[in-house]
Amino acid sequence: MTDLFFYLFATFTLGCAFGVVFSRNPVNAAMFLIMTFLGMASLFVLLEAYFLAVIQILVYAGAVVVLFLFIIMLLDVKEENTHRVTPLTWVASLIGFALLILGVVAITSSDNIKAVGDTLPEAAGASLKNFGYELFTTYQLPMQVTGFLLLIAMIGVIVLSKRMKTD
Amino acid sequence: MELTDIAIKSIYAIVVVSVLMGFCSYAVLAERKISSWIQGRVGPNRTTLPFIGSIPYVGRFLTRLGVFQPAADGLKFLFKEDITPDHVNKVYFILAPILSLVPALTTVVVVPFGYFENSAGEVVNLVLADLNVAILFLFAVSSLGVYGVVLAGWASNSKYPFLGGIRASAQMISYELAMGISVLPVFMWLNAPGTDGTLSLVDVVNAQGGALWNAMWMPVSFLIFVVCIFAETNRLPFDMAESETELVSGFHTEYSSFKFGLFFVGEYAHMLVGSAVVAILFLGGWHPLPFMTWADFGVHGWLAGVLSVGTMIGKLCGFMFFFMWIRWTLPRFRYDQVMRIGWQMLLPLSIANLIVYTFVIYFLERP
Repeated sequence: MTDLFFYLFATFTLGCAFGVVFSRNPVNAAMFLIMTFLGMASLFVLLEAYFLAVIQILVYAGAVVVLFLFIIMLLDVKEENTHRVTPLTWVASLIGFALLILGVVAITSSDNIKAVGDTLPEAAGASLKNFGYELFTTYQLPMQVTGFLLLIAMIGVIVLSKRMKTD
Repeated sequence: MELTDIAIKSIYAIVVVSVLMGFCSYAVLAERKISSWIQGRVGPNRTTLPFIGSIPYVGRFLTRLGVFQPAADGLKFLFKEDITPDHVNKVYFILAPILSLVPALTTVVVVPFGYFENSAGEVVNLVLADLNVAILFLFAVSSLGVYGVVLAGWASNSKYPFLGGIRASAQMISYELAMGISVLPVFMWLNAPGTDGTLSLVDVVNAQGGALWNAMWMPVSFLIFVVCIFAETNRLPFDMAESETELVSGFHTEYSSFKFGLFFVGEYAHMLVGSAVVAILFLGGWHPLPFMTWADFGVHGWLAGVLSVGTMIGKLCGFMFFFMWIRWTLPRFRYDQVMRIGWQMLLPLSIANLIVYTFVIYFLERP
């Protein structure tokens, strides 16, 4: 049953992800992005990581994509016309695709990952408290650094937009 | 999960959603009656049904009360001409009303509305799904409701709906922050050291049983949350998305008939769920009085079920009345005022409130 649902949601997520990439209309792309996030959230639910699933929807689908849509609508982004495909594009995309395949093969063929599988802790969804404790003890430094990075990004945006105004 | 389990759960879900829809239609009637009462009018008092309406005294009384009006309103939505203007983006134009109603109906899944004691004396909570992350689920799903408004504004492809949609999206994102932070003290108290971590709404209500209600010792949180609920449901004085004096009727200007009806029902469903959440988080849920539970009154078994659901519905209706009272009393804010209240007043206030309660809870619960 779970396997069936996994394949269902994985296909859905991948299909929507392709939709994001291939949509010419930016609003369609944003809507596909929301559905991709919803698909990923359902995959988290299948892994019993309910907290991650809900946060995925709350942060990405509920706030980030709304901002995307907001910008798309305010700037009135028009449908993309087909770009002329140069040989350089072909070479670059082929190299990118080859690197992606290499990465997937490297991950799946590695023995380390399979060995780690048994020692990993249970999904954090079972107890939120564990999740919080881990975040504020073991992973305190990465969390603070991430927060600081976001602060820098925010200040950067404010500085850039202010400068635009005074010119 | 067995097939019968799924069937039973589905039936429960359908029953709860139907009850919610029933409440929605009568909330519309209540809105009309309360507005007319506040403005010194009579309100809907003519609609009647053929046989019930002609029962002496009772029929006349019910007609004057407007009890049959919701049926007429519903039929009106169904039978009016459904116009889809030529200049709209058809897919999103049709999708938008659905997207604004579905999240409102989905959030009701995690809202508990009572309890009863079964024959073995165990307490059974009446809730469709008692999630461990219920409050986050509620915020997450209700935040998806903004897409209905934004897409309606964009797909209508005309100026006023567009302005309404843009305003709504900015407003809803702004107030979500203060709303999320204002409920943190409630859950910090619930998750004080030495307890099992939980974000479940059932546990919030149980923690308020036989104790002070959260609204009494967290008045600032309560105030911020209530203001944010008004903003999130797009109700006056925060109905920037509609604002009929400036934007005709905002994001649903181009909508007619049944599609408009979906927006309309969606707004009331949002209000009902919002009222229920206020009652659960701050007003003691189904507990009748502070420091008292129904068990303290000696009420057990199925009677406790009836009384607890009744208490919950009473609080919900009381808060719905408050919603409508405010709507017909206060004037609308200007848009820059809405943004200033959200970012410069409510957000700093909610952060200060969080810090104060962090210390309060630390000193109260210090091991």
